[in-house]
Amino acid sequence: MSKFDFPPSIASRPVYGTLKPRKGTQHLMIADGAGAEALLDLVASAPEIMAQAHVIFISRGSDTHSEKLRAAGPAILHVGPSYPATVQRIRRVLQDTVMGAQIYLAGTEGLIGQAMNEALQAGIPLAAIQTEHRGSVARRVQCVHCKGITEGVMTDPFVCSHCGLNLFVRDHYSRRLAAFQGVCIDAEDPGEVPDPVELYK
Amino acid sequence: MTIQFNDETFRDDYTFRNSEWAIKRFPFPFHEDSYMYSVNMEQHRGGPKGSVYEKRFDVDEHYISEMRDRALVLADDPLRCQSLPHMTLAGWDLLELIMVSKSEDYPDLFELHRNGNQWRWINKPLGIDDSFTFMDEASLPYGPMEYITRQAQGDYAVLDQRENNLWMDAGMVTTQADWSLDFDIGMNFFEWHAPVPLAHEMGVFKRALKFLLNIQQGSPARRLNWTMTVNPLLDTSPENYHKWGRQKTTLTPENLGRKQHLRVELQTFYRLPRSNALVFPIRCYLIALEDLVTVPKWGRRLHRVIRDLPEELATYKGFIRNRPMILDYLAQYDDGLPTSPGIWPDLDTEPPLQK
Repeated sequence: MSKFDFPPSIASRPVYGTLKPRKGTQHLMIADGAGAEALLDLVASAPEIMAQAHVIFISRGSDTHSEKLRAAGPAILHVGPSYPATVQRIRRVLQDTVMGAQIYLAGTEGLIGQAMNEALQAGIPLAAIQTEHRGSVARRVQCVHCKGITEGVMTDPFVCSHCGLNLFVRDHYSRRLAAFQGVCIDAEDPGEVPDPVELYK
Repeated sequence: MTIQFNDETFRDDYTFRNSEWAIKRFPFPFHEDSYMYSVNMEQHRGGPKGSVYEKRFDVDEHYISEMRDRALVLADDPLRCQSLPHMTLAGWDLLELIMVSKSEDYPDLFELHRNGNQWRWINKPLGIDDSFTFMDEASLPYGPMEYITRQAQGDYAVLDQRENNLWMDAGMVTTQADWSLDFDIGMNFFEWHAPVPLAHEMGVFKRALKFLLNIQQGSPARRLNWTMTVNPLLDTSPENYHKWGRQKTTLTPENLGRKQHLRVELQTFYRLPRSNALVFPIRCYLIALEDLVTVPKWGRRLHRVIRDLPEELATYKGFIRNRPMILDYLAQYDDGLPTSPGIWPDLDTEPPLQK
C-alpha cells in the first residue's frame, strides 16, 4: 500500500491531494519511486494528456515503474537515478514551461517539496501545481544547528548525518528548504536520548 | 536625562545588570493576576514619561553593550541577518524610519542631516559619523536593513504584504526567544507561528493577522510578549541551543533570584511608506527575579501567573523543568494581598510585602 493518510498537523505542513487531469498546453510530471503509480492512475483516467507530457522520473532503481511509464507513451520521458542528479534538468525544463502549463508532483515528501520549490522559483503559479504523496513517509530534516539536511529520516529522534547531534523533529516545515526542523534533544541533559520511535507509529 | 551606558556582557561572565532606573521602567507584561494568549494590541503613540513606551524606538542603558553582542552573534553566524532580493526597498524604508525617529526623539544622541539624497548620520553612543546616498546601497558598508539594525536594539522582522498575508522575507534576529530566521524566512504568518501551541485553535493568529494587515502609515501598534531565560542571555537561538540549553540545569534555590530572568518582548508594528511592508521590531528586556520582586505588586502577580499557567505554555516557553523551583522562590513574595489593575509598578499606592 503506497498511499498514506498523514495525521492532522500544523499550519506549516504541506497537504497532499490526488492528481487530477486538467486542461493545459503542457503537462510536466515529476515523480519518484511509488509516485509513478500516481502518474499511471492519472493517465488511466485521461490518456490523451500523455501526448503533451514531459515526465521526469527518479527511479531509485525501480525498472518496473520506468517501463510502465514508458508504455504509457509520454512525449518525453527522462529517468534519473536520484534527485540531486536530476535537479539541473528539472530547472532547465521549468524554464521552458509556457502559460497554462500544468505541473504534477508525486512521490515522497522530499521530492514533492524540492520540486515544488523549483517550480515556484521558476514563476509557476501555485494553482497550476498538484501533488500526491506515494511511497515512503520518510522526512527531509534540516539540523537547525549545523544547517545540514538529512534525507530519509524514519525515526524520532535521529542522528544528524552532518554534525552527529541527536535531533528530534520539531513540527515545523519550511517550503523554501523542503524540510522539517531538527533540534538537539539532549541539549539540557547531554546523553539522555530517548529510544528512537518510528515516525507516525 | 542623559543615559549612562553600561559596559556589560550577555554571555560568558554575564555582567549585565539593571540600574534602579531600568528596574522601575521595566515593561512588566501582566495587567492582571493570570495570563492567557490574546491579541492585546494597542496604538503605539507614546506613553508615560520615562517609560519604554515613550519613544518610538526606546534607547536605554544597555544600548552599546547590546550592539556589541549583536556584532559577536553576526560574526559567528551571518545567517541571522537575511533579506530576500525584493526586500531592499523595505530596508531603506526601515533605515529612514529609525534614523528620523531616533534623531527626533534623542537629539542629544543621534543626528540626521538630509540634503536631497545626500544624508549624514551621526550616532554618538556608537561613535559613527557616516555620509551616504539614500537608496544607493554601494554608499553604505552593509545593506540598509543590516546597517541600521546593527545600531538599533531589538530584533527586526520585515514582512512583505501580499495575498492577504504577511511574509517573513527579511530580518535581523540575534535576541530571539528560540526561533530561527534562517528556517522561517519566506514563510507566511500562519506558517512561522506553526509551532505555537493552543493559539491557533483559539483563533488568535487569524485575528492578529487581520489587525496587522490594516495597520496604516503613521499609526504603529504595540503589544508585549514574554518568556523566561536562565542567565541574561540575549541570543537564546535554536541554532545555539545545544550550547546554552545546559544553563537551564544550573539553577539552585540559592542562585535562582540572580540567574532566573523574566524576558519581555516589546513588539511594535509599523507600516513602511514606499514598500508597503510591515516592520516588526521585537525589543527584548531582561530582569532578574531578585530585581523584579523589589516592586511588591510585580512579585505578588508574577507568582500567581507562573503558578496558574497551563502546562503547554510552560513547556513551550521552555521553563517547565524549573517551574517548581521558580514557584518556591516567588511564593516568598506573595502575601495574598490583592493587586491593582494594569502593568505599572504603582509603588506609591501598593502596600509593601506583608511578611
